[in-house]
Amino acid sequence: MALKKFVVGCFEDEKVLFPAVAKVRKAGYKFHDIYTPFPVHGLDKAMGLRDTSIHTAGFLFGMIGTTTAVTFMTWVFTKDWPVNIGGKPNFALPAWIPITFELTVLCAAVGMVLTFCYICQLAPFVKKHTFHPRATDDLFVMVIECGEKTDEQELTTLLNSVGAQEVNTQVAEEGWWIGRYDQEQELYKEPNIA
Amino acid sequence: MIKQQFEISAGYKKWTNILLGVGGLALVLGIIFLGMSKEPVEQTRFWAVLLQNSVFFLLVVNASMFFICVTTMAHGGWQMAFRRVPEAISSLVPVFGLLTLIIFIAIVFGHRHDIYHWLDKEHVEHDPILKGKRAFLNPAFFMIWSVVAIGLWSFLGSKIRKLSSEADEQMDQETGRKYIIKNTAWAAAFLVAFGLTVGSTIPWLWLMSIDAHWYSTMYSWYTFASSFVAGMSLVALFVVYLKNRDYLEYVTEEHLHDIGKFMFAFSVFWTYLWYSQFMLIWYANIPEETIYFKPRMQGPYRVIFFLNLILNFAVPFLLLMRRGSKRNYTTITALAVLIILGHWTDFYQMVMPGTLHEHYSLGWFEFGILALYAGLIMFFVGKGLTKKPLVAEHHPFLKESIIHHT
Repeated sequence: MALKKFVVGCFEDEKVLFPAVAKVRKAGYKFHDIYTPFPVHGLDKAMGLRDTSIHTAGFLFGMIGTTTAVTFMTWVFTKDWPVNIGGKPNFALPAWIPITFELTVLCAAVGMVLTFCYICQLAPFVKKHTFHPRATDDLFVMVIECGEKTDEQELTTLLNSVGAQEVNTQVAEEGWWIGRYDQEQELYKEPNIA
Repeated sequence: MIKQQFEISAGYKKWTNILLGVGGLALVLGIIFLGMSKEPVEQTRFWAVLLQNSVFFLLVVNASMFFICVTTMAHGGWQMAFRRVPEAISSLVPVFGLLTLIIFIAIVFGHRHDIYHWLDKEHVEHDPILKGKRAFLNPAFFMIWSVVAIGLWSFLGSKIRKLSSEADEQMDQETGRKYIIKNTAWAAAFLVAFGLTVGSTIPWLWLMSIDAHWYSTMYSWYTFASSFVAGMSLVALFVVYLKNRDYLEYVTEEHLHDIGKFMFAFSVFWTYLWYSQFMLIWYANIPEETIYFKPRMQGPYRVIFFLNLILNFAVPFLLLMRRGSKRNYTTITALAVLIILGHWTDFYQMVMPGTLHEHYSLGWFEFGILALYAGLIMFFVGKGLTKKPLVAEHHPFLKESIIHHT
């Protein structure tokens, strides 16, 4: 359990968000993540994220599926239990294509989902800290991780100046966190609306 | 500096002329040495090659009108940045249609039963299978339906191209809405005509009836998939060419990516149909059905048969799978050429085994006619592109294409 400190800036509009992302990046801060209510095209580029490698993982999982299907069927039908089915050769590749295809798709899909969950650290009973409840509704939540040298005050001023509606600092667990949701300690407090 | 109006460059003209010259020479030599030859095999080769190329390229250029109509029906906007390119390609349909009709007239009225053996009346009388198919496979129906089909594609296509010109004028919201509805209605009409022709009857008549005793319910879709993926590749080639010459200012990697997706997806779709047709016949193993695959898989066409699978499935599948390769001008160009050639060989192995049997050849005449059609495409598409501005500046959906993002 390593708690980390985050500065959270909330934006109402993606039109404000994009220039803000550029400015924050230029100032040299490290994004933890930006939580948006819907997928925003081009945000990954603006944040400077590299292309995801999940495609490569998917291809490899698919190859595992293909190899498993072909080798297993070859072993079963030519070595372990050869049966004459309709006079077809024992190594009946055309008949195996559907099964090979299905297993390829199954392995690729399940493998990619599991990889995705692992990278995002999602699993049953794993708690994730929510930086702002409205992130799933209508708010764009920019989360910046504080390093040793980060001047929190300066960052807050910067976020305010680039158009954040509200800025706050939160201390949260960012890794795996097994527990129950209803017992979640209150890490986030509504700012005083006065 | 981005140019709005396409001008045919000297290099483009040179290559068009070279291709047309080579192709024209091949055609003339073909008429003299093959068409007028005393050897029946040489004559068959002449007509079979003309049939293969004319049908293939007619369906390919018609596929770009299908693409326009499908995206119009779906109210898609992303294609607006380059929509004039498939429009220019589809303006070839009347030209290639006419060429195809001339070849059909020569084949049908020349009683070339070496190409379509159902043309032999004497033979059909003693052949119970062909006799049973006589209501469909007869010269009158063949000619009438071919004329109707080509006429429908040409008429509806020209209507849609004419509608597209209206978007060069300023329009307000109300006229814009009416314009979209009108476009959708005509696109729907084209798609119905397309379904009744390319989606079903036309490949049966033009290609499947070469092997008149055999039939496959997958055949039309399989032919359509072949022509559509080659058609998308042709669109990709022209888009890349124009983009490299500083035209099409709104086209970005994103548009290329989506064209690449079509090339990838329909290569897989083609394979799916190819396999569905093959597997059921292989599995059932009934002689009257396997007769189609016997010469192709185990006979003289063995190399072309497997080359076909590699060119049209393995290569595009593996090379176009990556996101980066669909956004790269070089890989898209290389693969587009490969896919067009691959589906040309696909049509080759549809036509040749039933007409030339083991006497097939893949030599100067085949590639010469291919060059002739490539030259004709370059000539007419170039001409078509010069006629209108390359972007319909006031189309209601243009904005959607400019901000398009995959």
